[in-house]
Amino acid sequence: MDLHDFSLRQLREGLQKRDFSAQELTKSLLKRIHTLNPELNAFVTVTEAAALESAAQADARLAKGESGTLLGLPIAHKDIFCTADVPTTCGSKMLKNFVAPYSATVVERLAAEGMVMLGKLNMDEFAMGSSNETSYFGPVRNPWNTEMVPGGSSGGSAAAVAAGLVPVATGTDTGGSIRQPAALCGITGIKPTYGRVSRYGMIAFASSLDQGGAMARSAEDCALLLSAMAAHDPRDSTSHPAAASDFLRGLDRPLQGLRVGVPEEFFGEGLDPEVAAAVQAGIDQLAKQGASIQSIRLPNNPHAVSTYYVLAPAEASSNLSRFDGVRYTHRSSAAESLDDLYLQSRYEGFGAEVRRRILVGTYVLSAGYYDAYYLKAQQVRSLIREDFRRAFAEVDVIVGPTTPEPAFPLGAKNADPVAMYLADIYTIAVNLAGIPALSLPCGFTQSGLPIGMQLMGDYFADDLLLNVAHRYQQESDWHLARPNLKAGEA
Amino acid sequence: MDWEVVIGLEVHAQLNTATKIFCGCPTTFGAEPNSHTCPVCLAMPGALPVLNEAAVDKAIAFGLAIGAELNRHSVFARKNYFYPDLPKGYQISQYELPVVGKGRLTVQMADGSEKVIGVTRAHLEEDAGKSLHEAFVGQTGIDLNRAGTPLLEIVSEPDMRSSAEAVAYLKKLHALVRYLEICDGNMQEGSFRCDANVSLRRPGAPFGTRAEIKNLNSFRFLEKAIEYEILRQKDILESGGSIVQETRLYDANRDETRSMRNKEEANDYRYFPDPDLLPLVLAEARIEKVRQSLPELPDAKRERFMQAYQLSAYDAGVLTAGRDLADYYERVADGVEGKLAANWVMGDLLGALNKAGVEIQDCPVSAEKLRLLVQRIEDKTISGKIAKEIFEEIFHQGGEIDAIIDSRGLRQITDVAAIAAMVDEIIAANPQQVAGFRAGKDKLLGFFVGQVMKASQGKANPDQVNALLLERLQKPE
Amino acid sequence: MAFDEDAVRRTAYLARLALPMDEVPAVANQLEKIMALVEELCAISTEGVLPMAHPLDLEQPLRPDQVSNHDERQRLMASAPATEHGLFLVPKVIE
Repeated sequence: MDLHDFSLRQLREGLQKRDFSAQELTKSLLKRIHTLNPELNAFVTVTEAAALESAAQADARLAKGESGTLLGLPIAHKDIFCTADVPTTCGSKMLKNFVAPYSATVVERLAAEGMVMLGKLNMDEFAMGSSNETSYFGPVRNPWNTEMVPGGSSGGSAAAVAAGLVPVATGTDTGGSIRQPAALCGITGIKPTYGRVSRYGMIAFASSLDQGGAMARSAEDCALLLSAMAAHDPRDSTSHPAAASDFLRGLDRPLQGLRVGVPEEFFGEGLDPEVAAAVQAGIDQLAKQGASIQSIRLPNNPHAVSTYYVLAPAEASSNLSRFDGVRYTHRSSAAESLDDLYLQSRYEGFGAEVRRRILVGTYVLSAGYYDAYYLKAQQVRSLIREDFRRAFAEVDVIVGPTTPEPAFPLGAKNADPVAMYLADIYTIAVNLAGIPALSLPCGFTQSGLPIGMQLMGDYFADDLLLNVAHRYQQESDWHLARPNLKAGEA
Repeated sequence: MDWEVVIGLEVHAQLNTATKIFCGCPTTFGAEPNSHTCPVCLAMPGALPVLNEAAVDKAIAFGLAIGAELNRHSVFARKNYFYPDLPKGYQISQYELPVVGKGRLTVQMADGSEKVIGVTRAHLEEDAGKSLHEAFVGQTGIDLNRAGTPLLEIVSEPDMRSSAEAVAYLKKLHALVRYLEICDGNMQEGSFRCDANVSLRRPGAPFGTRAEIKNLNSFRFLEKAIEYEILRQKDILESGGSIVQETRLYDANRDETRSMRNKEEANDYRYFPDPDLLPLVLAEARIEKVRQSLPELPDAKRERFMQAYQLSAYDAGVLTAGRDLADYYERVADGVEGKLAANWVMGDLLGALNKAGVEIQDCPVSAEKLRLLVQRIEDKTISGKIAKEIFEEIFHQGGEIDAIIDSRGLRQITDVAAIAAMVDEIIAANPQQVAGFRAGKDKLLGFFVGQVMKASQGKANPDQVNALLLERLQKPE
Repeated sequence: MAFDEDAVRRTAYLARLALPMDEVPAVANQLEKIMALVEELCAISTEGVLPMAHPLDLEQPLRPDQVSNHDERQRLMASAPATEHGLFLVPKVIE
């Protein structure tokens, strides 16, 4: 086995035992990135020099006998997290030349743990997309089949982890942006309970839905990373006072007596039969491990997509107003008047999908439509949350498919934005409610594309989701499968 | 038939917190451009607002002071529009649920009458930055030091019916925020700004269409702008026209209001609850704590002055119009007769300050010094006339009262024998006038008093001089 | 209600996006589709349902009124497209 296949736990053991140094590990992954990234396009920035320097510092600390859980371990960040002195583009031309003078809380926390940042990961522009094709820096390709999309918006994170360019990565999830690419790339990704992970320095798409999370090849690695990410942050008013937790503690609890709910609404029309079969097999596996399975209803779940496409664009239209060509963004050279400066800079700086969502959001908030759309959607959001409340009175975990279909070909859904929106049909309700959810691999299609199974939990049941996923991964090996990448081995 | 003017005011009071409302940048005035900024108030990507507790406490204090409903649950909303001094492209304000609900303010008019003006609401919001148009050719410079400074927007009911009432309300509000020490009230620097909604109607008719007048940065401008606006609207209405609902700017140089460019489509502010901030919940304990720390408010102080110092309603009103003056007066009146102290503060002191263009807080004569001066009158060390001379001197040149009295021998002569000697001397020297007086020319008493005072260089106690003169003059030969 | 080309132009101006004339029909068509997707909300019965603005049932935390930022103007303005004398520059604003 090569270093790039190692789990965080294995890497940590290797570092502690001095089987290899943090610098050797870093160099080996940087080499793999240089080899594979030109085709995958997962990284938009590789911070080679800084990475080697922090690896050297980590080695010095390890030599002194320090034993931090994440000390010397490599990570890469979705390019939505601000990183001091390293470009942060959010996948947009608008921020092509932006270097944040500060780091996101998440970035700071992981750096303080001694993690070695290898670079910044590609993403759909401003996290708006489900295929990573809206990035200004070009699409990311799926390591399992480079003709296919990796999913989005955290597609660079998912592809990088799946391809072994980095063992773990951060992602963000507003409507499925961690889980959907995790499913399409065959990795494990958790969107924590809203308020677990600080949003400070994480560029906002839709503030009441956005949540940072962990992406890795196993639930255990997700738990390790999330334990360092989750914390109350006084700089984020929406950070929960009880955000911090050690997610490793309950990881091994047996699944005996676990009550699993399977929502009828997740198995209806539009679900690919191969995906349905693999997820059903996953559910059977949980039953075999001691869980009791019951059918449940989430009657308002079918309204989640329409609710989301009012609320998320509304918040986004306002959140993205700060990108105006005045203080740090792209400024159109054509601008002669102030109005021009705004109109041209914003038109040039934003891609088509971002502009579309800004227009929808502006429209639903404008005079005369607020009550009909925005307020109505907020009410339906309440109903969707109520569905989950009722369900979690009866079950501990809800299980279903993460996506209706496996990875689709690049370009397949670009003509019709609505078709693309439906890729998130099973993931969106979770964000509206603010509950945690996780995607883990549960099989492959005949053509060799990964399939993801989604676990949803009640507020602050993140640890339970990681526990269930971990136990499942103890009894299955879907998460150990690796794409066959022809490039030279590191 | 007459027109009735209907006026409502919107006042923006900058809260005098140490830091901005949503970040830890200082709020001090006059710093280098953009040196008081951070990722939050520059609206950099990913930066998030956290509410300043002092801004909340000051809003609570204001609500308590006007007897308002305090909303235990209020919500911050975004007001969306593009302007270079508004970095986020939206202003964080409160819309549907403001922190302070309905309250009221009683104003005293010059004729002694009182009027209650309703306050619709007061809400917390952030100030914008400043645009500097003058410094560059074809360019505007943006300074965001002020962006994010906390504001309390105080909206009145359309309860005022004259420019005098509007000015009285604004002055009362101005005094109140300074009493509460929640705003420095500096109108020149823009810490206390006022917009006026003005409309005309026939008495008893529904409200007319209003114009909103901006840029009223003094009491005088408010008065003049309203007066101008009344005439303008009257002209239009009486010639059969109708008023356009619009925003107008008061131009002090020309003493007129003029329409600001119509920005119709820009007026869709798309308010919605700010998802970066949670509902502001006011705990009873917080409200109580603020209540305990409230100073005595102007109305209560005025009542107390009338009782404690035996002052007229008018005097008490003048002395309590500002907290600094009221505090000054109380320190003067401590241990001396209240009315006498009031006369000195309102007369000589305010007169001198006015003439010198100095504010009470910068008064060169301390309250303790003025009290000593009043005490020296009360204990008959000096006469009132001498006191006025000493006051003039210490106001302009400083100095110690007792030292001045002693070094110049200004001490009042109260020794009966000494005064009697002077009286006898004057009587002996003016036999003609003595005869006149005795023949019934009572007015000549003034002549004798004057002569004695002159002889004593103003130091003889006038009461004693009077008494002794009468005694001697009325005594038959 | 229709997201016609007029509505697209009006909304684009509100959002300060300079949509070229020839893009308007295509954008209108896409927005129309999106609005058709969300239109189903109108049919849902929500009488008496409280609007949900936020997933957290928490209250706004408060920050002590203490200065925590110092002058970082140089760093903060480093990515600015146009500055002079410590000011951000924009084309002349006409009042």
